[in-house]
Amino acid sequence: MKTIQFREAVCEAMTEEMRRDESIYLMGEEVAEYNGAYKASKGMLDEFGAKRVIDTPISELGFAGIAVGSAMNGNRPIVEFMTFNFSLVGIDQIINNAAKIRQMSGGQFNCPIVFRGPTASAGQLAATHSQAFESWYANCPGLKVVVPSNPADAKGLLKSAIRDDDPVIFMESEQMYGDKGEVPEGEYLIPLGVAEIKREGKDVTIVSFGKIIKEAYAAAETLAKEGIECEIIDLRTVRPMDHKSILNSVKKTNRLVILEEAWPFGNVATEITYQVQSQAFDYLDAPIIKLNTADTPAPYSPVLLEEWLPNQNDVVKAVKKVLYKE
Amino acid sequence: MKKITKQTYLKWYEDMLFWRKFEDKLAQVYINQKVRGFLHLYNGQEAVLAGSLHAMDLTKDKMITAYRNHPQPIGMGVDPKRVMAELYGKGTGTSQGLGGSMHIFSKEHRFYGGHGIVGGQIPLGAGLAFADKYKGNDAVTLTFMGDGATRQGSLHETFNLAMLWKLPVVFCVENNGYAMGTSVARTANHTEIWKLGLGYEMPCRPVDGMKPEVVAKEMDEAITRARKGEGPTFLEIRTYRYRGHSMSDAQHYRTKEEVAKMQEQDPISYVLHNIYENKWATEKEIEAIDNKVKEMVSECEKFAEDSPYPEKNVMYDTVYEQEDYPFLPHKL
Ligand SMILES: Cc1ncc(C[n+]2csc(CCOP(=O)(O)OP(=O)(O)O)c2C)c(N)n1
Ligand SMILES: [Mg+2]
Repeated sequence: MKTIQFREAVCEAMTEEMRRDESIYLMGEEVAEYNGAYKASKGMLDEFGAKRVIDTPISELGFAGIAVGSAMNGNRPIVEFMTFNFSLVGIDQIINNAAKIRQMSGGQFNCPIVFRGPTASAGQLAATHSQAFESWYANCPGLKVVVPSNPADAKGLLKSAIRDDDPVIFMESEQMYGDKGEVPEGEYLIPLGVAEIKREGKDVTIVSFGKIIKEAYAAAETLAKEGIECEIIDLRTVRPMDHKSILNSVKKTNRLVILEEAWPFGNVATEITYQVQSQAFDYLDAPIIKLNTADTPAPYSPVLLEEWLPNQNDVVKAVKKVLYKE
Repeated sequence: MKKITKQTYLKWYEDMLFWRKFEDKLAQVYINQKVRGFLHLYNGQEAVLAGSLHAMDLTKDKMITAYRNHPQPIGMGVDPKRVMAELYGKGTGTSQGLGGSMHIFSKEHRFYGGHGIVGGQIPLGAGLAFADKYKGNDAVTLTFMGDGATRQGSLHETFNLAMLWKLPVVFCVENNGYAMGTSVARTANHTEIWKLGLGYEMPCRPVDGMKPEVVAKEMDEAITRARKGEGPTFLEIRTYRYRGHSMSDAQHYRTKEEVAKMQEQDPISYVLHNIYENKWATEKEIEAIDNKVKEMVSECEKFAEDSPYPEKNVMYDTVYEQEDYPFLPHKL
């Protein structure tokens, strides 16, 4: 094992894959000469040159579409959005073309492309720069959605995403790029669609993914001191979702809290809630609780942002509530 | 256009110096984490705003821009204390602490933001103009954008529509040489951004953006054309930003020499030089302005510091006109 930053894990995954496969290129704003707005492509221009590590102007619709077109004609592009907030400028190409082209052409074309970049809030950036679109993309058949929460997962999952023959939305976080973690030496892949139990416990299941899962870890520590053992499942891939892992855990603990940084209406947690009540209704000893952001655009002020985000105290409260403690 | 006089230059000097010092203060308090998030400063581009304001009719004309947007609302008449308070996330801020640095607005002073998505404000600016034309108002909207924003599809669709419908809007690129770390030359097969107007047969031209009187003159022509119902103009106003793109920019994409060279054209020094050349003020009178500016900045800081944070309900109350919001409770 070696210890690297999240951004280095992303960089290693892209670099290793680009070494194996000439058809892969990286495209996006500031990815080449600037080494990435968050330095996730550091050194890649030097290694692969401007043909394969490509700076774009601020033209998300154009370059997203060009990447999709090239994927229909033999490339395997990695498109970086500086953040997924800006993917909305290019979302037409993702939803109407990348996600559809295979089925609409009767399976003639595939679209092996990765759209990656940071998602969700990253401090006081306010309404337009703090949005989580996991559930938007996961709602769309044809797309896969991957949201890692640590460097090792990021590397293994991104490599699988790049090798996947379908379009993958791969979501990171500005606030995770500096996170350090142990990563296996040498090559490894983590399959898409497989969740991981990050902490075992018998009393309650907490399902989460991405950066916000750290709030669940912190809450689990607090609760452990009170003798409450949380089982934390990291979804890692939102679509296709690993329902089996969730159900197995819920059947063991009989209680479920879902922590997701997103607006509450019709989000990933909503989908999990539906699946669990329909497939494990008799196992549930308490109503499922989902913890999300407030149902508003992200506010700027620190006091409001604190109110807006779900945090470890909310998790502690929710766990106690599903356990009918106080 | 109002005549450009001694008074104009003195006002320009005071305004521009104030904007500069106001933002220097922001940079300073940012380091102390009083202001958070992204902070994009206007340092170096002040003549663009000073000249534009001179040409505008501030009783009716409108302005909209991107996220580099602290001096503009102040220039339009917004109390700078409230702008500073917004950056502090305080309830007395222009958006009650909801918007922060990138999202300053003032309906009262017809400053329509403050927009964080590059290119997003371009159609909005044309839309403001659309409504004025619709209502028969002879107001004009100045729509500012960065050089980087000109590569967005939103610009091209909007240019076509604004010409088709002869909307009373002036599209102004503040070409400061870079979009983050990307020089203009690296974003297109051409560097003369103003020529983008030609394809739409939109009147267009480059403008020296380091001299407020030059900006004022060009802006006046464009505004006059729009007010007469002859439609939009596209100005590429050439300027420079002295600071990094935001506070976290190591600026490896340009040399210190380049910045120093551009600082020789500093618009504030230029205006001051003109004032002295023409003997419009003594050193003592200038010193009095400098002191006044310093005092004003301190007042802003004090106001922002002393203001209370917003109440939690503003986050919900401002989402809809409808009052029974949030529809469901958020916290357990
Ligand atoms: C749609 C979109 N893409 C990317 C970004 C990230 N971003 C913010 S500012 C910026 C550079 C814009 O440069 P320019 O338009 O020249 O304006 P300047 O910062 O020089 O004033 C970029 C890429 C964004 N905010 N919105
Ligand atoms: Mg620029």
